[in-house]
Amino acid sequence: MQRDPGPRGARRALGRLLEAVLASRGEANAVFDILAVLQSEDQEEIQDAVRACSRLFGALLERGELFVGQLPPEEAVMAGSQGATRKYRVWMRHRYQSCCNRLAELLAHPSFQVKELALSTLMKFVQLEGAHPLEKPKWEGSYLFPRQLLKAVVDGLLSLEEDRSLLLSQFREYLEHDDVRYHVTQAASDTVARVASGHPEVPLAFWNNAFTLLSAVSLPLQESDLANFYVKRTELSDKWKVTHLKEHRRAFQAMWLGFLKHKLPLSLYKKVLVIVHEAILPHLAQPSLLIDFLTRAYDVGGAISLLALNGLFILIHKHNLEYPDFYRKLYGLLDPSIFHVKYRARFFHLADLFLSSSHLPAYLVAAFAKRLARLALTAPPEALLLVLPFICNLLRRHPACRVLVHRPRGPELDADPYDPDEDDPAKSRALESSLWELQALQRHYHPEVSKAASVINQALSVPEASIAPLLELTAFEMFERDLKKGPEAVPLEFIPAQGLLGRPDDLCAQHFSLG
Amino acid sequence: MGKARAIGARTKPPGAPAGAGVPRTKPNPNPFEVKVNRQKFQVLGRKMRHDVGMPGVSRARAIQKRNRTLLREYREREKSNVFRDRRLGEHSSSMSPEEKMARRFALEQQRQHEKKNIYNLNEDEELTHYGQSLADIEKHHDIVDSDSDAEDRGALSAELTAAHFGGGGPQRTSQQPGQEGERPRSRKELIEELITKSKQEKRERQAQREDTLELTEKLDRDWREVQSLLARKAPKPQDGDRVERPQPDAYDVMVRELGFEMKAQPSNRMKTEEELAKEEQARLQRLEAERVRRMLGQDAGEDTRRPTHVSVDDLHDGFVLDQDDRRPLTYRDGRMDVQQELSGEAGDGVQAEEEEGQDSSEEDAEDSGGSDGHSDLECEEEEEEAECEEEEQEGEQPEQEQRRRQTPSGQATGGGRDAREAAGAELPYTFEAPESSEDLKALLAGRSAEQQLLVVERIQKCHHPSLAEGNKAKLEKLFGFLLEHVGDLAADDPPDLGVVDKLVVPLYHLCQMFPGAASESVRFVLRNAMHEMEAAVEAKGRAAFPGLDVLVYLKIAGMLFPTSDFWHPVVTPALVCMSQLLTKCPVLSLRDAVKGLFVCCTFLDYVALSQRLVPELLNFLLGILYVATPNKPGQGYTLVHPFRPLGRNSELLVVSDEDDTATWQRKSLSLRWAGGQTAQTGTEANHTRLSCLAVCLALVKRCVLLYGALPAFHEVARPLRALLTQHLADPRHPPELQELCRSTLADMDAQGRRYRPLVCEKSKPVPLKLFTPRLVKVLEFGKKQGSSKEEQERKRLVHKHRREFKGAVREIRKDNQFLARMQLSEIMERDAERKRKVKQLFNSLAEQEGEWKALKRKKFKK
Repeated sequence: MQRDPGPRGARRALGRLLEAVLASRGEANAVFDILAVLQSEDQEEIQDAVRACSRLFGALLERGELFVGQLPPEEAVMAGSQGATRKYRVWMRHRYQSCCNRLAELLAHPSFQVKELALSTLMKFVQLEGAHPLEKPKWEGSYLFPRQLLKAVVDGLLSLEEDRSLLLSQFREYLEHDDVRYHVTQAASDTVARVASGHPEVPLAFWNNAFTLLSAVSLPLQESDLANFYVKRTELSDKWKVTHLKEHRRAFQAMWLGFLKHKLPLSLYKKVLVIVHEAILPHLAQPSLLIDFLTRAYDVGGAISLLALNGLFILIHKHNLEYPDFYRKLYGLLDPSIFHVKYRARFFHLADLFLSSSHLPAYLVAAFAKRLARLALTAPPEALLLVLPFICNLLRRHPACRVLVHRPRGPELDADPYDPDEDDPAKSRALESSLWELQALQRHYHPEVSKAASVINQALSVPEASIAPLLELTAFEMFERDLKKGPEAVPLEFIPAQGLLGRPDDLCAQHFSLG
Repeated sequence: MGKARAIGARTKPPGAPAGAGVPRTKPNPNPFEVKVNRQKFQVLGRKMRHDVGMPGVSRARAIQKRNRTLLREYREREKSNVFRDRRLGEHSSSMSPEEKMARRFALEQQRQHEKKNIYNLNEDEELTHYGQSLADIEKHHDIVDSDSDAEDRGALSAELTAAHFGGGGPQRTSQQPGQEGERPRSRKELIEELITKSKQEKRERQAQREDTLELTEKLDRDWREVQSLLARKAPKPQDGDRVERPQPDAYDVMVRELGFEMKAQPSNRMKTEEELAKEEQARLQRLEAERVRRMLGQDAGEDTRRPTHVSVDDLHDGFVLDQDDRRPLTYRDGRMDVQQELSGEAGDGVQAEEEEGQDSSEEDAEDSGGSDGHSDLECEEEEEEAECEEEEQEGEQPEQEQRRRQTPSGQATGGGRDAREAAGAELPYTFEAPESSEDLKALLAGRSAEQQLLVVERIQKCHHPSLAEGNKAKLEKLFGFLLEHVGDLAADDPPDLGVVDKLVVPLYHLCQMFPGAASESVRFVLRNAMHEMEAAVEAKGRAAFPGLDVLVYLKIAGMLFPTSDFWHPVVTPALVCMSQLLTKCPVLSLRDAVKGLFVCCTFLDYVALSQRLVPELLNFLLGILYVATPNKPGQGYTLVHPFRPLGRNSELLVVSDEDDTATWQRKSLSLRWAGGQTAQTGTEANHTRLSCLAVCLALVKRCVLLYGALPAFHEVARPLRALLTQHLADPRHPPELQELCRSTLADMDAQGRRYRPLVCEKSKPVPLKLFTPRLVKVLEFGKKQGSSKEEQERKRLVHKHRREFKGAVREIRKDNQFLARMQLSEIMERDAERKRKVKQLFNSLAEQEGEWKALKRKKFKK
């Protein structure tokens, strides 16, 4: 290898060494040469060496030339008087061990190709080791899986230093297999627990990696699907835990609960909350265990509260959660920023669901309607097109609230009886008020908003207007829609233009100058 | 006939001897003739048509009919010719024989006359003598006289022979064998021959006449040549055609011209100033009424009338067309003319400009006074105010209009003078219409604002749509290019806003000419701007304030199109665009603040007439007010996107230096700030901050006045009020701003707090649901049921056909019986005749025999 430099020469040399080791046990010491190349600086050489190792130990594992059982220390075996074969096997098992360690280290290599290769090699070893286990079965037909090796892989993936999302997306394909998924779940919960307890300040990268890995784990919904094993088994036994979805769920739940009980960074909080209702909650063995997490999130306020709503809704709806002051908190969430945040569509979708019950008290619905109307005074047109039908739907569902838009023979008032600063909807006196805000919005500059607000002038029609198509409406779509309407006839301004700033009594001309 | 009748009478059935004579309507028919069809049982509603019949009568009628038709045919079955007497009046008994004769003669005359006329080509009427044509007789004489010509006129030899031998009329000649023809020719052929001959003769005569004419002309020509030689004049042009059409005399020309000159037509008298003003006012009132209608969104189909208004408007405006009349002259006649005219106009222009300057200054004064007064009014009563405002506008508008009408021409000619002085012959008078925006840029590059305006104007005039076919498209394109150019100018660093300011006027006029294309162009630039912004928002969640060009586009769109419409194809997207600017673009620098305030101003100008609510604008103003105060937790207001209560730019407009506050003078913000210029000293920046704040406060005040009448005004203004109170408490602001704050707050308080509970409009009660009756066909007796209409129709036809067929067969059978009866009666008649004749013979023979015997007996006795 030293004699003929160059990648091709090195590769050929490695190939020769490999042949030699596989051909006769006498040449076994050549393994050291191969392992030495693994330590090289050059990434090409490392890749060659990894491939060579992969072939070497793959062949050895298949031949069963590695020691099976509890591995004794190397010196003791070498010094001892057992047979040469046993010595060779123990020795070779030690080489295999060091190779695996090195490969796990290589998962942190700066080059992505190396990382990827190391990962795939390790997973290949996992597969082969599963098929030819290196430990003795405790009883006949017991389930054996190279947990240690997989744990090393998971540890390597959940790096503390850098974001491994690319590598994790590669790893995602192994998670398709049920056994790998099960053991990764266990390994990940161990790792998270270890890292979180071991470090006072856990770096953000670890949390991100952990979240990426955890969110990649997706359980099947039916038990019958559990047959896709990474390590090929001739027959499956019912006694194995890995064949039961219940066990999977338990592991999954342990993993997430272990993850969520730590103090997560804010951005990660949001990410978790976004997926909690569809990726986590349905797969938990006991979904009610998430209550603590979700209520804590709901109490944070702002966007996080909005996001926690979704999970809470599922708990309330499906798992019988009794949440005191839920509507009061929901009422508290309504502030002008809800029209501008990213999660507007999701929030209004949920709010629509929460307020769809016809058993809600009228004062509550009236308070919501009034609050939304008040907020609508600061909303952009695309949000107005959503919130105005929303308010009208509320009034339709709760005929008792129609006094908000229709109060014949009511006294003329000096001030709005509604108290916007009151936190309790019951005390906000919304039912005594009227929706003057909507009347004001009838003068909105956008024709569609104006039309939507004018609905209250007539008695409300019975069928509700669906707000689903309006949830995702953006201003740009509105703009495009206005443009597409197409001009039949374009009316023109009849006062001739004089200059850029317009007529002297225009505001522009008053406050701006060209110079 | 008589025999037939006798037979008919004889064949009548014995039972109905009087039947033939009895009319049907006889009240009491003979009871023995009546046959009654007995009904077995009565059916209600059934109509009986044949309950009573009179077989005798009907049989007699049938026989009569056969006598009239079938019998006749039978009798005439082997006869082919008929004798018909068609002499006039032969059968009428009312005419006397003399009268008949006279009529017949008249008819004959007439017929003869008509017949002759067919081939009588030259003579009107032919005179006759004893039935013979006098002309013929004359001809015969002629022929006899010119004996020697007989051989030459071989064509007439037939007549000649006829004259020689016949002595009779043409009928006679036809019967005689002609000399040249072996077989006798028929009369028809003869006549045809005659016709061809006479025609030929006529043709020959004509040809001869033409020959004569030609010869005469030739002689004339020759003579003229000779004459020219004789007269010793300068030789005339050889070409005969020229000679024939000599140059018209100047006098003649003038006479003709005078003759063809347009007569003075009665026209309307010149209108006085007042009348013109009144018309103008009426026009503006009408336009204003339409605008209000559109603002309220009550769009009817009458919009189609609008473009025609515009075009008429365009003509009356006098900007394009008035000058256009003069323009072609200057092109055609040359340069000097143009110069003179221009200089003359320029002189006018100077005057006009001076006047205009005075006018405008006066008007400005008026305007400011007016707006002050109306702000006072506004506090008192909102609706009155609106009317007042409108009236005021209408009062002002005629003046403004006039002024404007002067303006363009003044500018144009003023520009022309400048151009002449500065560039002389540099600026051409005609321009090709630019085919791309680069062309336009090349045309306009390096010219001053006036020159650019002039160039655009000239392009516009050279390609007025009335001048050539494709000009409309060219000018439509010009609008797009010009708009692009304006955007480029505004986007330059530093922006060339002076030129933009000037170019707005031609943009307006082009837009008036081509509303469709103009709206498309404006929509296009707006869409581009929105696309850019949307892309930025998609990528980063927020967008930077766009360049000055987008703001200029928005402003221009507001000037070209009516901003108060409920829905408008250009204005509504522009409004959405501005709303996006105010909600998606965070204010990161002083420049952004200036831009944002400009957008606010434009927005408020858009809704100035329609008084519509703009929540984003209020949010933005709130944000600006907030960034102008030192951050401290405030009560009663919440900032919304894009402003944040804390952060890097949350104190953007706070003045850092107390001294700058003292030296600050309120003046309008320069749009250059919004453009590329960035270098500002600290003092300047502070001054700009204060100016921004001042503008912001003024806009808030404006909003308060605008939205004061809204039912939820106090809710709308609540956050603003909270912040203003905060501002007012801040003593560091210059007194002017504090005063502005105070007055705004006072205005807010002055708005009434009236909260009238909402009541829905009464709608008509919904009527109960009614079921429409189900219609089922009533089954009728006697009709074929249970099949489709076509099937029924077919069955009906089949039935009818069968009935008719049977009837026909019966008729034929009866006819045959009738005929057989006739033949039998004929035979019997013949036999009876024979018997009678035989008997007669026997009788006579017996008589003879008797006589002979008697004679014999006598002989014997003797």
